[in-house]
Amino acid sequence: MTEYILCLILFCVGLYAIMIKRNLIKIIIGLCIMEYSVNLFFTLIGYKHGGIVPIFSSLDETPARMVDPIPQALILTAIVIGLAVTCLIVAIALKIYEKYKTYDIREITRLKG
Amino acid sequence: MTLIVKTITRYTVGLILLFGIYIVLHGHLTPGGGFAGGVIVALSFVHLMLAFGRETAIKKMSEKAAGILEGLGAIMFLLIAFMGLTTGYFFYNFFRRVDTTETLVEYIGRPFALFSAGIIPLCNIAICLKVGAGLFAIFVALTFLKMNGDAAGDGEKK
Amino acid sequence: MLQIQILIVFMIIAAVIAVESVDLLGAVVSVGAVGLGLSIAFLFLQAPDLAIVQLVVEILSLIILIRAVGIKNGASAVRERRFIGTSAVVICLGIFLIFAYKSLLEIPRFGSPIIGVAGRYLMQSLKETGAANVVTSIILDYRALDTLGEATVLFTAVIGVLAVVRKIGRKSKE
Repeated sequence: MTEYILCLILFCVGLYAIMIKRNLIKIIIGLCIMEYSVNLFFTLIGYKHGGIVPIFSSLDETPARMVDPIPQALILTAIVIGLAVTCLIVAIALKIYEKYKTYDIREITRLKG
Repeated sequence: MTLIVKTITRYTVGLILLFGIYIVLHGHLTPGGGFAGGVIVALSFVHLMLAFGRETAIKKMSEKAAGILEGLGAIMFLLIAFMGLTTGYFFYNFFRRVDTTETLVEYIGRPFALFSAGIIPLCNIAICLKVGAGLFAIFVALTFLKMNGDAAGDGEKK
Repeated sequence: MLQIQILIVFMIIAAVIAVESVDLLGAVVSVGAVGLGLSIAFLFLQAPDLAIVQLVVEILSLIILIRAVGIKNGASAVRERRFIGTSAVVICLGIFLIFAYKSLLEIPRFGSPIIGVAGRYLMQSLKETGAANVVTSIILDYRALDTLGEATVLFTAVIGVLAVVRKIGRKSKE
């Protein structure tokens, strides 16, 4: 239970960064932290006390003690998607910097023809 | 970069690429797989670019070649999926031979061998091509953006 | 598990430093610390596949974020919001935490998951797919359509980056 609550606090740190910060880089950092906490939460759900890695090492090995492999399979793809999405956001942020010469989101809302 | 970085890069970049290929090919036996191996392969080229500058890395693999390889990976993955339709359903493991009594399932190769598990190593290779080439293309595009930007005076120092 | 709790506390501290640091380069390096801590946590949670992927992805995303920060002249000179906004956001987050705690009581406790269809995968995967790694056999055999969708998302992201970055056809506006 403590692990879940700590994981939620990590999520809240990221959410705080997104809601309060005015620097685009800080907002991207908040998104990264939220993504990490969600990945960690999925893996925590699949863990079993005294579990072992879900990889067979011999033909007659019993799978009774293995941890749940489905959250791991889902998160494996989600991590790579997260990297690609981070790259997309960074590209857009760099483009914004090129146009407005700042990362401040208050300056960006101003119209500039 | 300095001479030290360049010399060490010259020795390590091949080993990193080799390790990525190992991770991909053994994805069905050990931890790893197409995603991790693809990112490691992309990182080896990024390493080359960081140490020697953009032109050297682009000479090894240009942006257009990265785009072609990514498309090739996607098409290979889809092709494997559609070849399953010849004997079963989408993504059917078509290297599997089922006995008539449906009790004995055989593959080309035993379990725990390198050539086993039917289509899974092939899918790993396809995903490695896709992820590695895609991430490298993204990185090259981002460096281009920084070179073209007005405030980018300090980018890509050799 | 004590190791996991210590690691998550470390990650929270690094995340707070990353969010509150004035220096942008230091903030990005702190995000790297969060990601590497997450990688070790995956290792303790018996997920070596995720640990490898998280490690290499973290390195690449760190390089890309440093590229974004590397632009000089006053990128960090952004004044932040004042006291009232901060306190309102903190109150909202407190309410969110209370409701989240109540909903956490409903899911299975840590260390005793409900293994439904995963049990069948664990029992049958070596026989049905021939792959020793159960995670690989799930993402590429049982749930390969998920992976196909993921490949589509990655492709879309690459096309998005290339479309955002390109310069052709933009000259006529100037």
